[in-house]
Amino acid sequence: MGHHESNYEPKWGIAKWFDERLPVARMVSDQFIVFPTPRNLNYWWTMGMVLFFFLIIQLITGIILAMHYIPHADMAFNSVEHIMRDVNWGWLMRNMHSNGASFFFIAVYIHILRGMYYGSYKAPREVLWLVGIVIYILMMAAAFMGYVLPWGQMSFWGATVITNLFSAIPLVGDSITQFLWGAYAVSQPTLNRFFSLHYLVPMLLVAFVFIHVWALHVVGSNNPEGLSVKSSDDTLPFHPYFTMKDMYMSVVFLTVYAFFVFYMSNYMGHPDNFIRANPLVTPAHIVPEWYFLPFYAVLRAIPDKLGGVVAMFGAIMVVAVLPWLDRNPIRSLRYRPKARFFFIVFVVVAMLLGFLGAKPAEGWYVTASRILTAYWFIYFLVIVPLLSKMETTNRRMPGSITDAVLGDHGKLPKDAQTASSGQ
Amino acid sequence: MSVKNTLASFAVALTVLGGIGTAGAAQKTGDYGDKAHVERQSWSFSGLLGSYDKAQLKRGFQVYNEVCTACHGMNLLSWRNLMEEGGPEFTKAELEAIIADKEVPADPNDEGLTHGDDGSRLMRKAFLTDRILAPYANDKAAMAANGGALPPDLSVMAKARGIPHVAGNAGPSVWYKAPFVGLMEYGSWIAGTLRDIGTQYQEAGADYIYALMVSYPEETPAGADVGDRSFNYVFPGNAISMGAPIADEAVEYADGTKPTLDQHARDIAALMMWAAEPHLNARKSLGLKVLIYLIILSGLMYAVKRTIWAGVKH
Repeated sequence: MGHHESNYEPKWGIAKWFDERLPVARMVSDQFIVFPTPRNLNYWWTMGMVLFFFLIIQLITGIILAMHYIPHADMAFNSVEHIMRDVNWGWLMRNMHSNGASFFFIAVYIHILRGMYYGSYKAPREVLWLVGIVIYILMMAAAFMGYVLPWGQMSFWGATVITNLFSAIPLVGDSITQFLWGAYAVSQPTLNRFFSLHYLVPMLLVAFVFIHVWALHVVGSNNPEGLSVKSSDDTLPFHPYFTMKDMYMSVVFLTVYAFFVFYMSNYMGHPDNFIRANPLVTPAHIVPEWYFLPFYAVLRAIPDKLGGVVAMFGAIMVVAVLPWLDRNPIRSLRYRPKARFFFIVFVVVAMLLGFLGAKPAEGWYVTASRILTAYWFIYFLVIVPLLSKMETTNRRMPGSITDAVLGDHGKLPKDAQTASSGQ
Repeated sequence: MSVKNTLASFAVALTVLGGIGTAGAAQKTGDYGDKAHVERQSWSFSGLLGSYDKAQLKRGFQVYNEVCTACHGMNLLSWRNLMEEGGPEFTKAELEAIIADKEVPADPNDEGLTHGDDGSRLMRKAFLTDRILAPYANDKAAMAANGGALPPDLSVMAKARGIPHVAGNAGPSVWYKAPFVGLMEYGSWIAGTLRDIGTQYQEAGADYIYALMVSYPEETPAGADVGDRSFNYVFPGNAISMGAPIADEAVEYADGTKPTLDQHARDIAALMMWAAEPHLNARKSLGLKVLIYLIILSGLMYAVKRTIWAGVKH
């Protein structure tokens, strides 16, 4: 994977024999034990491991659910209820899977925002960033199709709204939509293929996660100072330092997750999804799962159907091209106060958009969605590129990670020190 | 300003905002004020240590069996569920007495017939393994018998209804108030979410069912036009096809509990919750063990992490 010289030495004869034929133990040793990792990583860097845990949870619970689920328009709803009622521990598998999706997204949003704040998308990590975006899009596809499977009202109407987005494409839109449905409306063939794809996408996800880790191990982790690793003093071996730190945070995350699985099992879902899908009755408000709400707000902010669809996909695409919008050589926003201010505003705007996405598209909610959507695009397309050119740091950066860690930071709180260094 | 400080100020801001929002944002309750507001009730099955009250579920089932079943079914449940752990836990003998007069459509008989000479559906006695069906042959028959309205299946009713945190408000009266009004509503939404999480609030459906049962007025309020339907304060749109199903003394409880409308409403809501979440007792008791285990494990993991990192500046 990485360019580092391997120092793995097989201790036993059989290990040596194996190493000459398939150096998998060498790979594990190099990449996950001695792998040099910046010593100053903070807890925002633990989400990778947390995400890995949730991927495993989703795969295991999903495979078990698939043993009992029936992808048939007349039976899907009841088969999910059968899992909840009659399958041994079925209620646990189902609650873990549905809440696992939400926690997967909580962790991935923290992970993405961490990358944005500390400039982890900048050279040489652009490919790592793009692979991450692919993973995020695959996650959205998997989550969307998974939400359709229980075939409740929100499943059905969510699928109808989202697949209808493709009909906005000029000329071929209707053909594409019918191709996706496998019919002239969301119906049995749609459900059946969504089940098939819901099983396929996680396999792609696993492949891209592998590529993501590979890309990470070629260039190494970024760090809160945004400085490149210059000497071995800057790093610590991955094990036991970061394995332990990551595992600790994973258990903390699992604790919160368990709280939801056991006590708030349905909190992140919608009551309407306990009503069997009915093509003849539209729910009062069609709302997607919470993790799609900001994009749903963007979609509805634009008064034109095609425009809304373009804006929604564009809102993700501007994040994908971030490495080319922000070319400022300073990675970490710790050293870019102006960019930091606009970034924090962006985070607040994204959360407010999420709130508006859950509200009906009427009255002042629409006005607010429009203003906030405008900020989303202005942030990426105007503010970030401008600051990229204009902003230079107003604070002397440490020479290296080791300097940052061992410097005088122990004596004064960081902010006080900034002030005292006269800048 | 470090990330930590930024986050801390953000959290403080949100909390303050939430406080202002809860205090300031008037909940929209339609034209009928407090009567249209679904209040949170106290339930034995709420919270970390909650579990069903067997006696209450038995009473709830009695209401269901003597009243609701005239129009509704619970077709995701079988009679046997009523004797399983975590539910009303009727004994087998009690349950067999309950279903003694229940009939279900028979399978084709030895001549392959499902209907008798007079055209009537052949029926057989219900078994404990049979589903708890609605009294109609199909949805069309149910609608025909109920003035065109379909009495919904009640199996997951307690999870299929909710109460919004904050009903939408009319928005700002003047444009420059918009950010303030918007942030207040957002704040009260955040506050509502935190309150829900703090109280593990999963009983919105039961609260709604209770409220629905007790919100039929004796007379339709002046000015309300519900046609040939009934008026209900909490039903969306106020015009409901189901007439007031229960009143004081609708059912004479086997356990001697005083048969008030309020009692009936609570008991049937509790039964609906059990029907929707039959494994709640097992879920909550396992959950507590899992949480305690994970919290202790977190503490141990933190201690190990600290030990490993001791002496390493980072």
